[in-house]
Amino acid sequence: MAAAATFLGSSARKAPAGVWLLVCLLWATPAPADPLPVFEVAPGVFVHAGRHEETDAANAGDIANCGFIVGDDAVAVIDSGGSPVVGHRLRDAIRAHTDRPVRYVVNTHMHPDHVLGNTAFLPDRPEFVAHGNFQAALTARMDHYRQAFEAETSPAAAAEVRLIPPTLVVAERLELDLGGRVLDLVAWPVGHTDNDLTVLDRRTATLWAGDLLFMERAPAIDGSVLGWLRVLDALAAEPAARVVPGHGPPSAPWPDAAGDLRRYLSRIVEGVRNVQAAHGTIQQAVETVAAEEAPRWRLFESYNPRNVTAAFAELEWE
Amino acid sequence: MTTPHRTIFTLSGVAWLCLGSASALAASPQEERWDMLRDMYFSGRAVEDAGPLLSLEAPKRANDAAVVPIRIVTAPGNGVEVTAVHLIVDENPVPMAATFRFPHGDSPQAIDTRLRVNAYTNITAVAETGDGRLLRTTQFVKASGGCSAPALKNAQLAVARMGKMKLNLPDSIVAGKPLTAQLLISHPNYTGMQYDQLNYYFIPAHYVKTVSIRYNGTPVLDMQSDISLSEDPSIHFSLVPEEQGTLDVTAEDSNGRVFQESWPIRANSGS
Repeated sequence: MAAAATFLGSSARKAPAGVWLLVCLLWATPAPADPLPVFEVAPGVFVHAGRHEETDAANAGDIANCGFIVGDDAVAVIDSGGSPVVGHRLRDAIRAHTDRPVRYVVNTHMHPDHVLGNTAFLPDRPEFVAHGNFQAALTARMDHYRQAFEAETSPAAAAEVRLIPPTLVVAERLELDLGGRVLDLVAWPVGHTDNDLTVLDRRTATLWAGDLLFMERAPAIDGSVLGWLRVLDALAAEPAARVVPGHGPPSAPWPDAAGDLRRYLSRIVEGVRNVQAAHGTIQQAVETVAAEEAPRWRLFESYNPRNVTAAFAELEWE
Repeated sequence: MTTPHRTIFTLSGVAWLCLGSASALAASPQEERWDMLRDMYFSGRAVEDAGPLLSLEAPKRANDAAVVPIRIVTAPGNGVEVTAVHLIVDENPVPMAATFRFPHGDSPQAIDTRLRVNAYTNITAVAETGDGRLLRTTQFVKASGGCSAPALKNAQLAVARMGKMKLNLPDSIVAGKPLTAQLLISHPNYTGMQYDQLNYYFIPAHYVKTVSIRYNGTPVLDMQSDISLSEDPSIHFSLVPEEQGTLDVTAEDSNGRVFQESWPIRANSGS
């Protein structure tokens, strides 16, 4: 918002009344604000770091990392932001850095803070790329996501929200060639969700992990805690020097960046197993498990009780 | 069936004059919903406040809307038996989650189970007494929204494991002393809202419909259930063991699949 306001201010002196009317009309519609600030974490790899907040009207769903990779011929968007407005701002950021067309929009999983910006890229007619389980997972939850998003923001902000089915599905592995730049996509077994997809940029050895990596912000288990730990083991072997987490800083060294997440998930598993061995209840587990992790994560109280509950239901079938 | 809203509308003037306390007039949305459910499930019969005969525990906020743990405790006494409890999630698409029938209505029962909660809602328990009365208690539960939509977390696993059962018993079992056992039945309990993307259709509702638990041939607990019960239904129930005994469970789902399992239960001598 600040950048746009400055721009308007500098041109206001000479603007005739008609232009002002137009400006006001545009301002009243939920048009994109200023381009998203992005950080070039490696040559041609741009990341916007979302806020560690829940979606609300002020942040408009700008709560997860998103960004893009620029090749000689084309651009791949990796996650599109948590609202159509964030998607438009990401698109504006791309246009500020390159004139190459957006050929791919890759969704790392189905959570709304990573996919609701997809609609902003419809004019580019890209391939929408996702895991084989993505559409089923999103379809089952879309009504909830839409209602929650509208309640958290506004009906106007939700009006443009659409479920966009993937046009290119990754069964196991897929290469995307952006022109002199190949991306390796991997569809993982159930972990953070049942449709996690990672992107490795070979040229810069940058691993885009989506929400398989949370840093700073409390993780959310929406798949399998044991599966997530197994996927982290496998991901550690990816030939990457740096990682872009789904939540956290724009980039961090790989695989060291996963240390906090591994410790947290391991404590959940160990703590829940202990409660179950003593024939304890879900409620008892919620009150005690991983409590020592509270100072290490933002929004811990909002996510830890849910994680413990989900892990409890999973682990009693071990 | 007459819709409750119409009933309220046409009767309200009369009710105001005759009854004075026509609750429907100034009712909260929760009470209006309840009036509708009472008409639907109990044909408008009188439902009293439960008082000490029935209690319900649920978290004020649903941590995981797909797995909301709740507990029902009955306290029959003074010659009043509690023969059944209905568990209702008022705002869910199919509100009636389960009905538990107790063959031993004269002894206290404690049941734990887990519910799917679709929205901010009252959870209602209604007990049936041996002398034909209905007793109600409720608790309001906030769903946490966002990513916690009550969908399956691991859709493939849910199908692969369907019908498997587990029985968890306490470490120490003494003949003649009541124990709490947990029965788990693996089942996706499809709500009808999950999507099959290979075949492009919504998977029809498919859920555990009845569970019958018997100990040494005698009924312990019967349950009828629907889609508001969580995936992989879990039931904690009480049982008084003998030194040697067998627990038999038969479950049937809405597609007519029958699942059966038996476990021997050995107890230490109580004397």
